[in-house]
Parts: sequence; C-alpha cells; structure tokens
Amino acid sequence: MSAASSPPLDIDIRHEELDGRLAETWRTRPGFWGALATVDHKVIGRRYIATAFVFLILGGILALAMRWQLARPEGRLVSPDLYNQIFTMHGANMMFLFAVPVMEAMAVYLVPLMLGTRNIAFPRLNAFSYWIYLAGGILLWVSFALNMGPDIGWFGYVPLSGPQFSPGKRADIWAQMITFTEIAALAVAVEIVVTVFKQRAPGMTLDRIPLFVWAMLVTSFLVMLAMPAIMVASTSLILDRLVGTHFYNPAEGGDVLLWQHLFWFFGHPEVYIIFLPATGMISSMLPAFVRRPVFGYLPLVLSMVTIGILSFGLWVHHMFTTGLPRLGESFFTASSMAIAVPAGVQIFCWIATIWDGRPVYRTPFLFILAFFFTFVLGGMTGVMVASVPLDTQVHDTYFVVAHFHYVLIGGAVFPLMAAIYFWYPKMVGRMMSERIGRWVAGLTFVGFNLAFFPMHILGLQGMPRRIYTYQTDVPWSGLNLFVSLSTVILAAGFLLFFIDAVRSARRGEPAGENPWGAPSLEWATTSPPPPYNFARIPVVTGRNPLWDERGDMPVASGLRVDRRELLITSVADAIPEARDSSPRDSIWPFWAAIATSAMLIGSIFSPWAVVWGSIPVAITLVGWFWPKGTPEDDA
Amino acid sequence: MRERVVADLSHLPLHGKGTASPTWWGTLVFMLLEGSGFALMIVVYLYLGSLAPSWPMGAPPPDLGPGLVLTAILIASLVPNWLVSRWAGREDMRKVRIGLVVMSVFGIVPLVVRCFEFPALNLSWDSNAYGSVVWTLLGLHTTHLLTDVADTLVLTVMMFTRHGANSRRFGDVEDNTLYWGFVVATWLPIYACIYGPAWL
Repeated sequence: MSAASSPPLDIDIRHEELDGRLAETWRTRPGFWGALATVDHKVIGRRYIATAFVFLILGGILALAMRWQLARPEGRLVSPDLYNQIFTMHGANMMFLFAVPVMEAMAVYLVPLMLGTRNIAFPRLNAFSYWIYLAGGILLWVSFALNMGPDIGWFGYVPLSGPQFSPGKRADIWAQMITFTEIAALAVAVEIVVTVFKQRAPGMTLDRIPLFVWAMLVTSFLVMLAMPAIMVASTSLILDRLVGTHFYNPAEGGDVLLWQHLFWFFGHPEVYIIFLPATGMISSMLPAFVRRPVFGYLPLVLSMVTIGILSFGLWVHHMFTTGLPRLGESFFTASSMAIAVPAGVQIFCWIATIWDGRPVYRTPFLFILAFFFTFVLGGMTGVMVASVPLDTQVHDTYFVVAHFHYVLIGGAVFPLMAAIYFWYPKMVGRMMSERIGRWVAGLTFVGFNLAFFPMHILGLQGMPRRIYTYQTDVPWSGLNLFVSLSTVILAAGFLLFFIDAVRSARRGEPAGENPWGAPSLEWATTSPPPPYNFARIPVVTGRNPLWDERGDMPVASGLRVDRRELLITSVADAIPEARDSSPRDSIWPFWAAIATSAMLIGSIFSPWAVVWGSIPVAITLVGWFWPKGTPEDDA
Repeated sequence: MRERVVADLSHLPLHGKGTASPTWWGTLVFMLLEGSGFALMIVVYLYLGSLAPSWPMGAPPPDLGPGLVLTAILIASLVPNWLVSRWAGREDMRKVRIGLVVMSVFGIVPLVVRCFEFPALNLSWDSNAYGSVVWTLLGLHTTHLLTDVADTLVLTVMMFTRHGANSRRFGDVEDNTLYWGFVVATWLPIYACIYGPAWL
C-alpha cells in the first residue's frame, strides 16, 4: 500500500464515528446469504451453543423414554431393537453432539473476547466447523428417524459393530457421524491454539491468561492428540465393513481388542476434553462471586496441564475385564488413582478461594456449589472403579452408569449451566431470571441426585446396563420406579431452564457491560459485543484487567478501519508483532461443508464416493482460499 | 469504561511473517494432529505385527524397487524445496515461479511411482490384516501427497496471476514448503514399517 493513498486508521477518525466505521467493516450482512456466509465468532458461537442444546433436549427425551421403559418390570413401551438404538443414540448424541461441541462452542464465543481480540483465528474454518457439525448431527438423527439409528452402544465395540454381526448401515452411520464431529472439533482446536498463541491483547503474558482460556488451550491439545485415534478407529471399521479389510477380524490376523485400545485412547482423554473446560469455567466465574482473585493461579494451570498429560495414561482402565496382563492392569490402576491428585489440587484451590472471599449466592454460584458436591461424589466412585477387583465386580452395571453421570453431569453440565447463567447477559444483553434460576438449580440438583444415586445401589445389586427390561422376580423394581420418578424432577428443572433462556432473551433485565463486576476482558465491551468486539485493543497489565485498572482502561490504537484488522502478538510475552487482517465473510466454507458432507455420506455406501466426491471438495476449497483482492489482502 | 490510549500500533507491518504469521502456526498445528494420526496408524501396524505368528503375514515381503525410487525422489525434492523457501523469503518472484513448477513435478512424479508401489506389496488389502494395514498406511500417505500436490499446483497458478506479487503469497509458499518437508518426513517411518521386514 503506497503512502499516497494511505488507508484510514482509527486515530484519524473522530471518536464518535469510530464505532460506525468499524461496524461497517466487521458486520454480518443481513439476509439469508449473509447468515450463511458470516464468520463472526460470536454469531457462530451462539449458533453452536444453541444447536448443542437442541441435541441435549433430543438426547434428554431419549433418556426419559428409557426411564419410562425401566420404571416397572417387563415394560413394553419400546421394543428391544428400538431400545438398543435409543441407548446408543443417547450416548453418542450426548458425547459427540452435545458435550464436546458445547464446550468448544463456549470457547468459540468467549476465548477471543477474553483475549481482547476481534475474531477467532481462521474464522472461515470456524464457519466450516459449525456446518460440518450440524451435518453430522442431522445425519445421525435423520437415520434414527428412518429406523437406521446405530444400535451398537456409543463405543461401537467390534465384533458386534463389524460386518458379520451388524449388517445394514446402522454401524456405518455411527462411524461416519464420528468423522463429522471429529473434523468439527479438530478445526475448533486448531483455531483456539492459534488464537491463544498469537492474538492475545498486548501485555497478556502467559501467566495472565484467563483460566478458562488455559483450560481450552490444554483441551485443544488433547483434542489434537486424542481425536485422531477415533478417526483411525472409525475409518478402519468402515473399511472392514465396506471393502473387506481385516483390521478387526481375528480369522485373518486382525484383533478385536485393537478396537478397544484405539477407542479408549481417544475415549478417556474425551472425558477430560469435556471436564477441563468446565473447570476453566469455574475458575473464571468464581472471582466474581467471592469478590477476590482466584487462589492458586499457578497450581490451577499446572493441574490442568497435568490432567491433560495423565489423561493419556488411563485408557486401559476401561478394559480391566478383557484379561490383559496383571502388570499392565496395576500400572493403569496407579495412573487412574494418580489423576485424582491434580483434580484434588483444583478443588482445594477453589475451596480456598471461597473461604477467603465474601460469597454472593447468585444462580451461577449455586450451580458451582452443586458441581462441588456432585463431582466429588463422582470422583470418589472413580477412584473405586480404578481398582481392578471392584471394577470387575461392577463392570457393565448401573454402578458405572451412576459413576459417569455423576462425573459428566456433576463435572460438566452443572458448571455449564453456571456458565450459561453467567455469560448469557454478555451474549444476549439481558439477564436471565434470578428467581427462576434458583428453582432450576434446586430442581436439577435434587432431581439429579435422586435419580442417579440409587443407580449405584442397583449396580451393586447386579443390574446390568443396557438391558431393555427386567423380570418381576429380581428385586430392582422399587428403586427403578424411584429413579424414573426422580427423573421427572430433573427434567422439570431443565424445562424451566429452557423457558427462562427463551423468555429472558426478550423480557430479561438489560445487563449492561459488566453485570457481575467480573475482572476479565469480555466484560470490558458492550453486551452483546459489537461485531468488532473492541473499538480499541485493550492493553493488559495484570491477571484481572478490570479490577487492576479501576477508572479507565488502557488501550492501543493505530489499527485500520477499512479492513478487518487485528493485532498479532508474540507467543510468550504478547508483545505486538504485526497488525494482520482477519478474513471477510464468505459463502465458500458453507459450500465446502456441503461438498464434504456429500462425500462422507456417500462413502458409507460406496468407496468411489471418496474419489468423485473429492473433486467438488477441492473446487470449494480453491474458492475459499483464492484471493479476492480485498484490502484484507494488503501486506 | 473510559479508555486511555497508551500505545500506537500504526507502525507495525500489515502482515506478519514466519512465527508472526497465524498461518505458519496453523500449518504447524495441522502437522501435529496429522502426525498423531500417522503415529497411531504405525502403532496399529506394530500392534498387529506383534500378535501375528509371522510378519509379513501370508505373503512374500514387498518388492523394494518402487519404494526405493519413490524415497529417493522425495529426499531429492528437499533440495529444490529448500531453495523455493529461501527464494520466497527474499520475495524473488522469477525464481519462486520456476521453483514452484519444479516442485509441482516433484509432487506428481512420486504419485506415478506410487501406482507401481501398491502392486509391489504383493498382496491385496482384503487378503489379511497385514494387507489391510500396509495398504492403509500407503493409502494415507498417498492422500497426504495428493493434497499437498493439489495445494502446490493451485499456489503455482496463483503466483502467475496478479495476486502473486504480495508478501502474503510468498508466506504461503514458505508454509507450503514447510508442509512438504512434513510430507517427506512422515514417509520415512512409514517406509521403515512397510519395507523394514524385507530388508531384515
């Protein structure tokens, strides 16, 4: 760009005009195509979150169907075949379409705001990720509606899922749905790592990064190292089923335990891919409710990193009953118990934070307390099943069902509910109802514990998981009825939550910039934030920017307003290195996602779909990356 | 909140190079996740090999010819690859164009050799688990080659258009050479797996 036509900088423009000029450059165009082409991380993040909650509702309805069926012996609501589909759909849906995506979605929305930047890195990849995720979800649910829903359990063990025992396309639907969701998750992981490394506000050194962002950074590395395992597994399963390879066929030198190793090498880190973001949320929310900075920033970060590393050394504890060598089992028992140490360090840091603070019992804080109680119980049964003899006894029983629901709902869903109540005002501009929120917290906490605690006992009494019914002569009917009735309380809590979320979007109290008086950067801009997030990039001088700088906010100026420009800073010290451009809206990621979806769905039926399907994928990718001569291309 | 301007960014370049470029980091991160996919496939190979009574299973070891030729070409390609990277760093358009054409050839020729490499494995993917895993390893790397060749071809065409004379594009060329180095690097352990038994 020559000096003669030097482009407009924010310093050249009167303050009152700046917002309008930036909004013109950064806004999403109105209308249908504008909505498809947007690359605004906030729009995509909100979509991602809303879609994930739709899947939560669908998965929850399946759970209610199962509880209706099991409420009394010899229930006849659903057939055994449909029951197989229902529990598989429930698990696969909750893990792959709700839990992981919703955590990544929160990060897509929050991480750029917390870092003081204007968009996520690779925003078009972000749009692509959402469309691929949506396509995978539609694939799974449409198949279910067509009686083609997978029926092999959410971990799809061979030989049951292999060509011999699962003819038809149900298992392939499951395996390919995994491919969709893993592509989406890997894309977000790449974006988050690069955003955290390169787009932090000046002055935000590594030891000033908000803890939720640290959690998402560690999580993203887990995604990148663990998810390829499930892609290798699901792809080789599809190959076994479609073109007759023998990865899992013992008669031709394959091995069925190979599946379990690959699946759980992904599957155990997966638990932490869901749990770590939740811990990050808690660390980031707590200070606002106890009016002091979080205790033990460094141990909290180190615990997250430690959990991340240890999570790769636990997978065999899912396989204790497969007859592996004793020494191996002992090693994995030790590592499974060891991970309780960093988890405990986190808990004690939070307790210390609350202890030393002045707690304000608002709805998000109530959910945090619900998390403590529930997650600690789930962690205790976790230490129990880490021991081989106990695990052998309760393997595949309702004890395990109780354990992982305590960990996942207690450890991830309660913090998520807290996070929604906490950040909803930022996303929507209005508060959710405090009065309804208390009811939601109470109903879900009580309903959850009443519904799931008795499952421990049912498991110890020998009730296996995944049975579609049981006979009258086993002593399980009383507790099962109690569990099913309690589920209604839990469901009522969720129903109230959704009513509140929808109602508050129109009728909630206006939130203002920082309704909780919280210290991190996302609260330094309007609610909801403008398309460009910050008119001027904030400059960070401490760990709690909005508390450290009472009065006025230090900012940096000198960015262009005629193109989407943001600040690139150095990895360790966040020293400004360049002002780079951020891509404009584009419809190509949408077409690329359509082309990729067509290829992936086609490949369930014919290997040639990969060959012919790759051509439109290549064309759409060229359209995506080919320079358009916009000011964003200036260098 | 009121704002207080404490820094002026207008002197900063309009585009970061090398480690100041998000694309460079993106390339690195993609290598990490693809690398873990390759590593896992190699683990599958070693796992199945450790269970088998004999390895290679039910077939003579692969013929060494095509694999050796391909490996030689890939290693030789590192020299022009490195030169293109240097020229792109200096934004020398003429040399970059020539270099990219050369690198396109260095990408296409291994794909031709690969057509002879699959038959040289001496069994089919559906013969047994050994066949499945060597075909998949080779197939994975072929996909890797294909995508990078397609990328190189598009980039070559782009450098001959009006969009080429832009330091962003030179940065893209550098990132592409970085990625080609990765394509070559991942081949070596795969080569060792597939052809190791034949050498021993």
